[in-house]
Amino acid sequence: MNSTKDDRLVGRSVPRREDPRLLTGRGRFVDDIELPGMLHAQFVRSTVAHGVITAVDLTDVCRVPGVVAVFTASDLEMGDITAQLGRPLSEFVPTAMPVLARDRVRYVGEPIAVVVARDPYTAEDGLEAAKVTYEALPPITGEEQALAAGAALVHDEAAHNTLVDVSLFATEGIDDVFDNAPCVVHVETRTGRQNALPLETRGAVAHWDDREEQLVLHTCTQVPHQVRTVASRCLRLDERAVRVIVPDMGGGFGLKCAVGREEIATAAAARRLGRPVKWIEDRKDALSASFLAREQHYTARAAFDADGRILGLDADVVCDMGAYSCYPFTAGIEPLMASAEMPGVYKVPAYRVRGRAITTNKAPTAPYRGVSRPQYVMVAERLMERAARELGLDPLEIRRRNVITEFPYTGVNGITYDPGSYLESLNLCEQALKEAGWYERQAAARAEGRHIGIGYSCFSERTGYGSAAFAARKMEVVPGFDFSEVRMDTSGAVTVTTGTMSHGQSHETTMAQIVADALGVDLAKVKLHQGDTDRITYGWGSFASRSIVVGGSAVGLAAAKLGDKLRAIAAAEWGISPEGTALDQGRVRRLDDPDTTLTYAHLADTAYLKAHLLPKDIEPGLTATAVFDVFNDGTFSNATHGVVVELHQGTGQVEILAYVCVEDCGVAINPQVVEGQCRGGIAQGIAGALFEQVTYDDQGEPSATSFMDYKVPTAHEIPDVSIHHLETPCAFTETGAKGAGEGGTIGAPAAVLNAVNDALRPTGVELDNTPITPETVHRALTPAAPVPPAPALEQTP
Amino acid sequence: MNDTSGLGDDLQLLTLDVNGTSHEVITAPRRTLVDVLRHDLRLTGTHVGCEHGICGACTVLVDGLPVRACLMFAAQAEGARIATVESLADAGSKADSGSDSRSDSGELNDLQRAFTENHGLQCGFCTPGFLMLAEGFLAERPEATKEEIREVVAANLCRCTGYQTIVEAIDACATARRAQRAACSEETP
Ligand code: FES
Ligand code: FES
Repeated sequence: MNSTKDDRLVGRSVPRREDPRLLTGRGRFVDDIELPGMLHAQFVRSTVAHGVITAVDLTDVCRVPGVVAVFTASDLEMGDITAQLGRPLSEFVPTAMPVLARDRVRYVGEPIAVVVARDPYTAEDGLEAAKVTYEALPPITGEEQALAAGAALVHDEAAHNTLVDVSLFATEGIDDVFDNAPCVVHVETRTGRQNALPLETRGAVAHWDDREEQLVLHTCTQVPHQVRTVASRCLRLDERAVRVIVPDMGGGFGLKCAVGREEIATAAAARRLGRPVKWIEDRKDALSASFLAREQHYTARAAFDADGRILGLDADVVCDMGAYSCYPFTAGIEPLMASAEMPGVYKVPAYRVRGRAITTNKAPTAPYRGVSRPQYVMVAERLMERAARELGLDPLEIRRRNVITEFPYTGVNGITYDPGSYLESLNLCEQALKEAGWYERQAAARAEGRHIGIGYSCFSERTGYGSAAFAARKMEVVPGFDFSEVRMDTSGAVTVTTGTMSHGQSHETTMAQIVADALGVDLAKVKLHQGDTDRITYGWGSFASRSIVVGGSAVGLAAAKLGDKLRAIAAAEWGISPEGTALDQGRVRRLDDPDTTLTYAHLADTAYLKAHLLPKDIEPGLTATAVFDVFNDGTFSNATHGVVVELHQGTGQVEILAYVCVEDCGVAINPQVVEGQCRGGIAQGIAGALFEQVTYDDQGEPSATSFMDYKVPTAHEIPDVSIHHLETPCAFTETGAKGAGEGGTIGAPAAVLNAVNDALRPTGVELDNTPITPETVHRALTPAAPVPPAPALEQTP
Repeated sequence: MNDTSGLGDDLQLLTLDVNGTSHEVITAPRRTLVDVLRHDLRLTGTHVGCEHGICGACTVLVDGLPVRACLMFAAQAEGARIATVESLADAGSKADSGSDSRSDSGELNDLQRAFTENHGLQCGFCTPGFLMLAEGFLAERPEATKEEIREVVAANLCRCTGYQTIVEAIDACATARRAQRAACSEETP
């Protein structure tokens, strides 16, 4: 039985417990770690996109004063990082990613050697003295080039430069559906390559601890236990002999849930030198040589009946994954996500999809907030809009006719969607923009010749993937469950562990809210431990919006178990059965005599210091552990985004005038935190829709390697977002919560694109690609105008 | 003293006034102010997000004005009064943060409180830069409107919040400071 107190913390925007230290400069990020005798690493990186290394001359590097060592792959003899899918070779080709390139380089920025020096400035001096010569191979810089007949191979073992090629669904008779449908619409979309761009770049500090016989690796990762696995395998150490510690983290957004080569090389250098080594990635490397994401190409068509109901969806998905499969997710992450989930919130009776991951000579990709969902939602929403135009339907009406409204609903993709508020969110979002007068304003503006557009996106996102859902993807390393331990000490203070890893999402607050409620203690009594593989038995880290759904449930379960133990000890003292007791604000209360209570401090005293008083069947101490996994298809958060844009005639600039988000993530543990996740996600979605793109020239040289060229939106470009909450609780999580981390990023690109197209309606132009650059908008607004007539000079007085 | 053996021959002795305390550092001329603050003086509250003057994570106050400490050599800051995020809540700090808002109890100052009340931070990495930017700006323009605050906030990058709550936090602090000043001037005849 849970606490009987009614002032529950779950559901309240309690102030963040992380804030005081972060606001006063007392946070500790990886670059804040300073160890005695610490050295600094920097990486010699490939300057060519594709080539065979013919010589590496590091003699001058060693002559730079202050350089202590320089290591290549053969010096450190590390094992490779190889991500695997359990799929036949016809569907997945594994490729080894050496920690440092051995004989071949496959992208500009690929690490070749590590220079270790007394300080970071000197390490950079060392880089300049390195001489690497290459025999150039033809660079493959795009998916079409990669697939062209006779193209050079990025990996010799991957024919047609194809790492993943899966056709997960093909409903029988789908061709007939398309042949006979009254309305078939097509869309082809391309989305730009993006950088998840945490403000804190990657980094690591490693040292060998003789007393513990352990390599200690401080690194900013979303997946500490998986980094431990890779480090132990690459360095050929028992897992026990590696301790990964994650300090405060300045964002991750998926980029930090792939194991980086540099963090492993830093560990190897520290092990070899017997001295602490620090590596901090600079922004140039972060923009060009760390993990990227999002570059996808969709060709899709949808069949509709005359009333606008979808009859079928047929799609081809091609993802440019760059040079290597990332660990643990592999190059399958994007095509598998798109293929499995594309029908989204709509009732699609027939579905066919092919998903491919193509390897190119660009920096490798990793998951990025939303993983393929921003793209396939864009495709689905463009198809809806196009069909609406074709059939003369209101764009929201056609969505209303197609969204899933009866739950649980099992889709053509075999996924069972748990209850959500797809229709309600759509209606509420439209209502919010109507009540704010945007439809009238749009009409008035159009009459003045201004280009104002209103666009929507309606979507759900699967969160809380358990082991079953990942196993269905045939991942060889199967994430899913999470583990938690809750411990009470003799003072009645509570420590809780989670295998998830906050990188800004407020776990120290939200997890503590769950525990405080489950045990009936003050928030101040609860302290969360995360991100330390020696303190936390196991965990899958934070990605796929899983932390509160899976991690939060484990935490809640463990706390409830500890509550049961407290009640059992009290019941034993009273000589009654535990059923006759309840937790109540730091005490156990007798139900038959509510004035009789025992404090937790008293019970803890018994459990630890007077264990002889415990009955035989109760173990001393106050700890409880729990594992939570999701055995069904996960839970689906949903939202509708509505956006109003204005296009500027002269500049082609897209200005966002209003943004409304109606979201449903079930029970919000801390509504303020959920809103923060929405707003931050939307900002990243807008960034992808309008601004950010990692570009390469035809030699595979990245051309956006600083913030001068890679346009990250500021407070100028990101609008205020008005957020409305709906609440459809999840039936199987401990708290009723669904995941909330990614939705903003998923919904924004489609809504912005639809709004731009609505604004462009009078021109007849439709745009389907992101980022929507000012040039494209300007071109759309300025139809190849006839050459203006020469000024009539004779008319001038 | 820090390990200087890898820093080259032309070391120099600098005296830096940081948060009201005078510090002597032996360092190389090419070392930036942010590196000296973070790594030599161990004031790690100031962060580095780009090292090329765009993100603003390294913003500190130099003689009361916000500057990007990655674009300045430490040697250039000699003789100036430098204030970092550590000065805001620090009891008894003498640094000129441009406001009289520091609490002497070691607790958060009013701007920091406004940030936490408005959820103006998530990962917190950009936060010291925004705090120092806002402190410097509000000292110059206590009457700033919300629109002016948004303009200034656009000088720094945040990847987590979408900026809205940062603008709201700074605006809330400015409004409260104005109200407090008005109340004070009413009380003093
Ligand atoms: S670190 Fe100085 S502006 Fe980015
Ligand atoms: S709070 Fe994370 S970058 Fe601003």
